[in-house]
Amino acid sequence: MDDSPRIARAAAEAAARQSYGKLLAWLAARSRDVAAAEDALADAFAAALERWPRSGVPERPEAWLLAVARRRGVDAVRRRLTSEAGREHLRLIAEEAEARMTDEDLPDERLRLMFACAHPAIDPAVRAPLILQTVLGFDAAAIGAAFLVPPATMGQRLVRAKSRIRETGIPFRVPERAELGERLDAVLAAIYATFAEGWLDPAGTETRRRNLATEGIWLGRLVASLLPEEPEALGLLSLMLFAEARRAARRDASGDYVPLAEQDHALWDHALVDEAEALLRRAATLGAIGRYQLEAAVQSAHTARRLTGHTDWEAIRELYDALLAVAASPVVAINRAVAIAEVEGAVAGLAALYVLGDDKRLDDYQPFWAARAGLLARLGQVPQATEAYDRAIGLERDPALRRFLQERRAALRH
Amino acid sequence: MRYIILINSDEAAMANMPVEKIQQMSAAYGAYTEALKKSGVWLAGERLRPSQATTSVRVADGKTSVIDGPYADTKEQLAGFYMIEAADIDTAVEWAARCPAASVGTVELRPIWEMADYMPKQ
Repeated sequence: MDDSPRIARAAAEAAARQSYGKLLAWLAARSRDVAAAEDALADAFAAALERWPRSGVPERPEAWLLAVARRRGVDAVRRRLTSEAGREHLRLIAEEAEARMTDEDLPDERLRLMFACAHPAIDPAVRAPLILQTVLGFDAAAIGAAFLVPPATMGQRLVRAKSRIRETGIPFRVPERAELGERLDAVLAAIYATFAEGWLDPAGTETRRRNLATEGIWLGRLVASLLPEEPEALGLLSLMLFAEARRAARRDASGDYVPLAEQDHALWDHALVDEAEALLRRAATLGAIGRYQLEAAVQSAHTARRLTGHTDWEAIRELYDALLAVAASPVVAINRAVAIAEVEGAVAGLAALYVLGDDKRLDDYQPFWAARAGLLARLGQVPQATEAYDRAIGLERDPALRRFLQERRAALRH
Repeated sequence: MRYIILINSDEAAMANMPVEKIQQMSAAYGAYTEALKKSGVWLAGERLRPSQATTSVRVADGKTSVIDGPYADTKEQLAGFYMIEAADIDTAVEWAARCPAASVGTVELRPIWEMADYMPKQ
């Protein structure tokens, strides 16, 4: 008996984790009012914590929570009765009567919710935070901490985005075929942004940020399972799994940075690598190449070293050529220059970097200066290499990476 | 939901348009309005006289002042509007994109603030 509050709390928390996004998606898709759905759901979870210890955990917790949340929604409507709202009220009651559903019947509408959160009418910067809040139930403080934004600011952005969904009339719908590609890109970009924020904490010292990588993978798995025929959804999951598989190898025992080419592949998570390879192969059979599949293929080429003992830079260079064609960015161009240097030599690599020199965004972009320094160092151009290392060191915020660059710079003199 | 499509256009550029262009434009608007009506989404829509016909009115200290001309000088001026009924923003965007003004300038889409929505909460 004494354990029952603890068990009820654990059950409610487990239900929250499993069902929060599903329940919220179901409620919000009907009213487009995400904030009201969140309030109703919060009440339902509070009621569960209060009631379950006494009455026991219901057989179908999701259906129970949904029924309470909907009743709460009906009450809210009743409180602001206008002729318009009155009709809405009757509609909700009718729906409630008709829906005596079991947990298995609850349709999974999280994909529709994600498409609403990543709608073109929503500010791109708030899409990933909005998905974290609505699908996973994160509060503004946790999201703010993860994205290095003050909680109050993040809270305001989320509130604004939710009113925008309701007021602008953003639909909860998986777009039609003709539009799906572009819209899916926005959903995938938001998921990748979540993962990338977590990835920026390589040592895993900041728990909240590290968890973000895990949540990104979780969302990636969800989308891949809901859209199993979309090659880019599979490509993104594959890309994230390849990166995650190497997490342990990114730092040595003393916490120092280890570049990919020097990583001990015994430390890679081979089960994850295998899963990533299988996803990429399946994506390739679906016949539409895209940014994420190409990036995953680059990862696959790097990872193949565990079997062949060497890195196929020619293949990597070709993949970056293709990436430059479908998704040109300074990051892609720099990585391509590095691959060119491996295939054709440091002079050719530097030439590829020089072409980028006009792009002002590169002035404060660490990887550009690090790549440039590395290539100049290979050519024995010590003064220029030193200067480029200084720029890179000054721009890096990760201490381990900074130490690595400082060591390379110091080695120039010998 | 009801949305209003606000058409902003550069009156100076319009004034310098060759006659054939203007006729072409009018025909395009005619067809567009017809399409809105046939699809049952049209609620209202009008073209406005140029901004030089604007009269600005304000009341301060009980005194009404009437000013000849618009409140603010802008490069583009409000030239007309349509009010439509659309299920959601995606449908509204589809219609706004078909408006002839969208291919020469920008049209703005604003949801109507329905009476039922601004009842105080709770």
